[in-house]
Amino acid sequence: MLPKIFSSSVFKKILMSLTGFGLVGFLITHLIGNANLYRSGSDPFNTYAAKLHSLGPILEVAEIGLLGMFVLHIVTALQLKFRSRNARQDRYAVNASKKGPSKSGFISQNMALSGLLILAFVVLHVKQLHFGPGMDAGYVTNVTGESTRDIHRLVVETFSDPLNVALYVAAMIVLGLHLRHGFWSAFQSLGLTCERSSKALYIASGLLAALIAGGFLFMPIWIYFGVQS
Amino acid sequence: MSQNISVKVKVWRQDGPQATGQFESFDLSGISTDMSFLEMLDTLNEQLLKEGKRPVEFDSDCREGICGSCGCMINGMAHGPERGATVCQLHMRSFKNGQTIVVEPWRATAFPVIKDLVVDRSAFDRIIAAGGYVSVKSGRHADANVMLVPKDTAEKAMDVAQCIGCGACVAACPNASASLFTGAKITHLALLPQGKVEAARRVQRMTDQMDSEGFGGCTNIGECLAACPKEIKMEAIVSMRREFIKGAFAEPPRQAGSDNA
Repeated sequence: MLPKIFSSSVFKKILMSLTGFGLVGFLITHLIGNANLYRSGSDPFNTYAAKLHSLGPILEVAEIGLLGMFVLHIVTALQLKFRSRNARQDRYAVNASKKGPSKSGFISQNMALSGLLILAFVVLHVKQLHFGPGMDAGYVTNVTGESTRDIHRLVVETFSDPLNVALYVAAMIVLGLHLRHGFWSAFQSLGLTCERSSKALYIASGLLAALIAGGFLFMPIWIYFGVQS
Repeated sequence: MSQNISVKVKVWRQDGPQATGQFESFDLSGISTDMSFLEMLDTLNEQLLKEGKRPVEFDSDCREGICGSCGCMINGMAHGPERGATVCQLHMRSFKNGQTIVVEPWRATAFPVIKDLVVDRSAFDRIIAAGGYVSVKSGRHADANVMLVPKDTAEKAMDVAQCIGCGACVAACPNASASLFTGAKITHLALLPQGKVEAARRVQRMTDQMDSEGFGGCTNIGECLAACPKEIKMEAIVSMRREFIKGAFAEPPRQAGSDNA
């Protein structure tokens, strides 16, 4: 039996915050690493990928941890969503925001929707690239001296299809909107803000969301238009 | 300048807790813009009584915005379009001549409708009963300033103590969460020396009760802040989380008479 505190809605929000911060941490490292795609040629990105995979068990542990946070974030979110659904079974005929301090809007009210869209994207993304054709399919490079996977070629091939480019760009916009409310909200849920810091963090959250979404968003565009080669 | 306007009121009618409700429309003319919203409903009810029909049921008491009895959704906004005011302090000058006004009860599973615009808010009472008090023998009241409280702390406590328990936060919240109400009560008592002693136990019991009443979780949207007639701030909810975390790490209370060694 889990202690009673784990079933509390306040605790579940804390869990959302902590896993959310973890996932944002992953996004930042993922962005910094993948920024190698913006450099000319296939070597920088392939070298980065080879070095990352040479970490071996450390990477595996990190991957399991990431998956754990991801699942926990989603499961907890769904539990909270169902709680909210049950909390108001009869809808209002008319509903409007009183504005002022309210941050009510399509984005803040549909975090579960944006979250599920991101989940769908992640499944596709991992399937296309992580579990995409590897060395046995001829994607081999010798950039580090020994044979490693030519992931750069796969990325370029993926983004030569305009459908993939459109899909990835759309997914990054959804991610940006999710982070816009989510990152700031996480500080509130952990009790880390006061009135002044809350305002500053709301702005910072917008900037971070734009930076992360924008940083990823231009990669497929950059590659599609061949700017880098 | 006072003037008379005509409005169309579309109000929720429900005969009882189990009955299915529906909207009923009434045309009202000669409504003074100086009337409060409740006085407009009084006028409607007088008209209905004259016609031998059942008047529209709604809660009200002090009619000066301090008791927390009144409250309903007006055009989709808790307590209507005016900020920092209860329905009794909302005036008809906030509406245009010929406007249709949709009036609904608070809607939340934890606030079942009793009749028309009247809802059962006893869930709030049970949250208070779970820990929104100080367990000391109070005796006769103490002299003022016997227990010194710094001015800024007293001000902060007063900001949240202003909560009148009207339920607008729950009604306005897209999740029907009672976090602003519960947070205000927890923060108020946690700030003051009289309440600090039981802070850890209080936050656990009150948030547990809040959950078991069937209120939703908070998603930090802050529609409650816009709806609150006392303009209680987000800080009340944020500080509830701080108290919750502090409480989770607090030493469990000792049983009375146990060995302290």
